Amino acid sequence: MANETIGKTITVAVLLCFVCSVLVSTAAVKLRPRQERNKALFTKTNILKAGGLLEEGKSIDALFENIEVKYVNLETGEYDDSVDPATYDAREAVTKPDLSRAIPAEDDIANIKRMVKTAEVYLVNKDGELETIIIPVYGKGLWSTMYAFLAIEKDGNTVKGYSFYDHGETPGLGGEIDNPVWQAKWEGKKLFNQEGALSITVLKGEVNKDRPEAIHQVDGLAGATLTNNGVRNLMHFWLGDNGFGKYLRKFRNQGVDNG
Amino acid sequence: MAKVTEVLFEPIFKNNPIALQILGICSALAVTGKMDTVIAMSLALVFVNSLSNLSVSLIRKHVPTNIRIIVQMTIIASLVIIVDQALKAYAYDISRRLSVYVGLIITNCIVMGRAEAFAMKNGPVLSFFDGLGNALGYALILVSVGTFREILGTGKFLGYNILTPTTEGGWYVTNGLLVLPPSAFFLIGFFIWALRTWKKDQIEEDN
Repeated sequence: MANETIGKTITVAVLLCFVCSVLVSTAAVKLRPRQERNKALFTKTNILKAGGLLEEGKSIDALFENIEVKYVNLETGEYDDSVDPATYDAREAVTKPDLSRAIPAEDDIANIKRMVKTAEVYLVNKDGELETIIIPVYGKGLWSTMYAFLAIEKDGNTVKGYSFYDHGETPGLGGEIDNPVWQAKWEGKKLFNQEGALSITVLKGEVNKDRPEAIHQVDGLAGATLTNNGVRNLMHFWLGDNGFGKYLRKFRNQGVDNG
Repeated sequence: MAKVTEVLFEPIFKNNPIALQILGICSALAVTGKMDTVIAMSLALVFVNSLSNLSVSLIRKHVPTNIRIIVQMTIIASLVIIVDQALKAYAYDISRRLSVYVGLIITNCIVMGRAEAFAMKNGPVLSFFDGLGNALGYALILVSVGTFREILGTGKFLGYNILTPTTEGGWYVTNGLLVLPPSAFFLIGFFIWALRTWKKDQIEEDN
């Protein structure tokens, strides 16, 4: 049969598509379990990193066993036990109208448009007592949405660790938000002042350590004003009343200590 | 055998796909900020380019002329998806940083160009080595650009500190330009300059 007939053309096309689709679908199906495990492991690693719980030589899954996953109704600040952790994915839920809500423009300082009604929190317990609360936060920077986990001590006020894990900011400038040296500067900072007002902020330039408000301030990244603003805005959004504000207040009401 | 060595080594300096043909620049700019992504990207291209050339060459006598480009695209796209899936499963962190650029190998002119210009006209063994050689030529530029960009841009090489940057308490003030993709334009330009100083026959004549 000559190459240029319609019959040959269709035969070649069909055969080729069949062979290629078998190869591609085999690869996709066979590798899926591994890919999903990687994804879960990546999230777990970042939660542990925020909480300062990563240990050399210990498996992520074993370390993660000390962490309890709970769900918080952001409107009331109470735990919601009806959520099934096996099926609930906050990043997916935010696209579903019944699980999320639109944020009014004047409140939307983190520029994220929609938010989930129920968000997950990760509780680190030590000897049966709550030690750290890890919350997911995200917001717009200069180019991208920046995702992070923020670890807060049991007083609901002191930052224990901060870990940005997904963003598309300028490499070398705003992209330095994933630099561990900068992330370490958040440790020990207080989110709220004595009056209970949200005071954490990112400065332009370096913090003057002698000033009393230094405890609420973090050095800004050089050459990344808009990323810095984005980080401050997303902190204010998620720690404010639209975010985890009501939930965290319960911990703080046990006494704010700025000692 | 002489022919095999010729198609394998010619694209490395004499007829380099990036430096002489100026193809595949897009990914050469995007993924050369760090060496680990460079290595992953180079291996991906070696795999795709040699196997696509081999497969196209094997069926070249049965491909009707009017659908040949689609046939080549289908083969290349399937190989690229397999590489992308494998990276997601075995090198998750690198695949996250390469983001769309592995998928974009489908549109890499080097791969398409070799399938159409070489594999459609030559036997499978030669085609395989031609694909391999061109991918190695591409890899050579990526590795040289990536080396400069990572060391001067972040003070590190493959993640290890070479010049300890000031942000980590060292002395080296990192060069912000080299972290950004446009710096690869300059480096590729320098590479072409050096290559054409060495091999004068690559200099283009004025008309």
